[in-house]
Amino acid sequence: MRRGFRWATILVALTGLQACDKSEQVAFYQSGIIYCSESNPVNFNPQTDTSSTTADATAHQVYDRLMDFDPETGQIVPNLASSWLVSDDGLTYTFQLNKDVEFHTTPYFTPTRSFNADDVIFSINRWRLEANPYHRVSGGRYPYFESLGIAANIEDVKRINGYRIEITLKQRDSSFLANLATDFSVILSAEYADFLLSRGTPERIDYYPIGTGPFKFESYRKDHYIRFLRNEHYWGEQSLPEGQSNTEHLIYDITPKSSIRLAKLITGECDAIAFPAQTELEVIRNREELELSEKPGLNIGFWAFNTNRPPFDNPDVRKALALAIDKNTLLEAVYFDSATRAKTLLPTASWAFQSDAEDTAYNPVLAKKLLTEAGIEPGFTMTIWAMPVERAYNPNATKMAELIQRYLSAVDIQVNIVTYDWTTFRRHLREGLHDSVLIGWSADNGDPDNFYRPLLSCGAIPSGTNRAMWCNERYDSLINEALQTQNMERRKAIYEEVNRLLYDELPIVPIAHAYRYQAYRKNLKGMSINPYGGVRFAGVTKSL
Amino acid sequence: MIQILIRYATLFITTMLVLAALSFALAYLFPGDVLVNLTGITPQNEAQRAALIRQFQLDKPYLFQFIYYVQQLLQGNWGYSFISGLPLRQEIGIAMPATIELSAYALFIAIFVGVPLGCYAGLRSYTKRDYLINSASMVSYSFPVFWIALVFILFFSLNLGVVPLSGRVSLLFDVPPQTGFILIDIIIADSVDSGLALSDALIHLLLPTVSIALVSTASMVRLTRRSVIDVLKSPYIAAAESRGLSKRQIFFRHILRNALLPILPLMAIQITTLITNAMIVETLFSWPGIGNWLIQAIYQRDYPALRVGMLAVATVVISFTIMIDLFNRFIDPSREKYERGTV
Repeated sequence: MRRGFRWATILVALTGLQACDKSEQVAFYQSGIIYCSESNPVNFNPQTDTSSTTADATAHQVYDRLMDFDPETGQIVPNLASSWLVSDDGLTYTFQLNKDVEFHTTPYFTPTRSFNADDVIFSINRWRLEANPYHRVSGGRYPYFESLGIAANIEDVKRINGYRIEITLKQRDSSFLANLATDFSVILSAEYADFLLSRGTPERIDYYPIGTGPFKFESYRKDHYIRFLRNEHYWGEQSLPEGQSNTEHLIYDITPKSSIRLAKLITGECDAIAFPAQTELEVIRNREELELSEKPGLNIGFWAFNTNRPPFDNPDVRKALALAIDKNTLLEAVYFDSATRAKTLLPTASWAFQSDAEDTAYNPVLAKKLLTEAGIEPGFTMTIWAMPVERAYNPNATKMAELIQRYLSAVDIQVNIVTYDWTTFRRHLREGLHDSVLIGWSADNGDPDNFYRPLLSCGAIPSGTNRAMWCNERYDSLINEALQTQNMERRKAIYEEVNRLLYDELPIVPIAHAYRYQAYRKNLKGMSINPYGGVRFAGVTKSL
Repeated sequence: MIQILIRYATLFITTMLVLAALSFALAYLFPGDVLVNLTGITPQNEAQRAALIRQFQLDKPYLFQFIYYVQQLLQGNWGYSFISGLPLRQEIGIAMPATIELSAYALFIAIFVGVPLGCYAGLRSYTKRDYLINSASMVSYSFPVFWIALVFILFFSLNLGVVPLSGRVSLLFDVPPQTGFILIDIIIADSVDSGLALSDALIHLLLPTVSIALVSTASMVRLTRRSVIDVLKSPYIAAAESRGLSKRQIFFRHILRNALLPILPLMAIQITTLITNAMIVETLFSWPGIGNWLIQAIYQRDYPALRVGMLAVATVVISFTIMIDLFNRFIDPSREKYERGTV
């Protein structure tokens, strides 16, 4: 009897505990958002890397830029710069900066002053000037700025007063503002940089980031997670609708397999996931509790030939290989029709898209003939490098490589498929060890120059975004000419000429422009696709 | 007694030396640079390379290299992972406890469910209930563990959505890894609401533990049942019955103790199966244990990690096996004094 009574008490106590915990429990699980990301960021500074993983993890969470893109219209809108002025000759840009913007206060740094012109000058000079003490930190490569030639085109960055700066260019560049609004043009803290330098640990700047963004970095464990805390002093904070509470924690759960990301989304272990696989889109659409939004993406998936290596230096060989593959089949088998066929570098969403551009058509007979004329023996062996990660522009490079392998064996070419882990893969690519590679590019702004310059200009070879290692003077002078004018029609006409040149030369075979998808649970409010770069969680809340 | 301890110690040390030699040989057998495989450090220049070669005595005969290698292992310098660049000892120090924890809970279930069920079946041998328990255990014993784990995931996580399918605790809880055992870490962590976190961790534990425990429980049931039936046949049970002892007295005094004795050494064999199964299940539930860690190392061709990881797993398995065997030796007087130790 007595024993029975004791058990009963314990049982009652336990259930009581459960009941009063319920609302507390909901409040707790509501307080944080878990995002299942696909891979490890290289570091926490998007200036140093063009990989979208790094940008996703940092650009809109930890940092702010001078300007932003409006995700709906693509217009450049103010961010840290409240307004700006361009001189009549197009060479001088004056930016008025916002006041009372606080940098993050974290256990590893406490700022003593708020954001001002010095921070902008430091952030730009870091990638612009080799003399800057931070230029060499973390490898000294700034691929985005190098490949677009922005660094070389800036004459000077001047401080006019604490909240006003002036940038002078050497040559007109109609894409300059757009470039400063991309994920890569983040604003770092000059005070933090000085602090680290005085401590003798400058390399920490890219691993323990300080910014002005909506979230503060908390901790990172490779292959496991990244934790962010809400920046309680965020200057851009908007008041929330009734009944929603602030997101206190933002956690990236690093989950490389897309099937597991989806499974975690279904069980609610993730609130949003990166890159749902094309095969899984139907599953997401059919689930009540999940939301899938889509937008045509600013990206291109392509097959690049290493034009430094014979026989790929011969345009006829490149053309023959392009004719040997059937792009429509690739589109169906790899993208499951969630992409449009690419004829040029530019996707349909770009204002300079040319709908009547020429395109290679599947013609193995002609391909065979061209190959024979070019002196390629039957049984010639080449490599296709297939990138090891999923990207919107190429969700399954290995599968695509296998399909191309089959197409090419029909014209008597043997293909070896090569792949490494992502870091090694990109290092070897930069060294030019490949014959050809299946890779792509997600643009960072809607400007056509953001496709043409980083992908195929001579200046983009050392920075490692020109996968074809292709350098053509006429091409470079054409895309430079396009930047000299603000007249859209004139620029469009120049890009049409560029497209014709590319069709004749074919350093890369454009394959697809994929849609962009974002999958998340319905209880997440405020999620939207940002077509102009990385995911953003500012203002996103969860309600259970 | 001391003699027995010495015997076991010798056995342990010899086995470990052989394993260490094997793992050392792996540095030469894996593709790539021996220096990198051994240290996990990619030398940046020739001077650093030469210094490392001198430090690791790679310019001396194999025997010296091996002796230095063992010294380093004992001092806790296990080299660096070449993917993450972190000391391997630290990585394994986090991953290994996770696996041991999972195996321990599964073993706990196996013993506290398997033994009573086995006794029950043994005492009621060849009745309908015995057949029921016996066939149920036969069925669950024959499920491949990865398959049953996948079925659980499909049914409980994806269809019903009642249990999570990955990790040890929701990432919303910031539990710093101190001991590596999640439940203990939660209790000693100060910034976490331990009530909420514990219930979250337990629900995460449920599926992986049950998937591993099924096989072990089944074999425990079968072993116990067999043993109880054997004991029941022995003359001292008949004697006890004729003395008029109650069923309860007979069971606790004579049957249980004698039936469990032969089970204990068999448990030592179970440990291996248990840890192997735990390592398989980990990869399915993204449990951050050693199995998952090794798989990642294989994918990323992290040879230094594979070399030390293999050694660490082998060490744990062998230590447990030898410890159970030793323990068994102390409590079972019927075993011959000078019998050799076994692994």
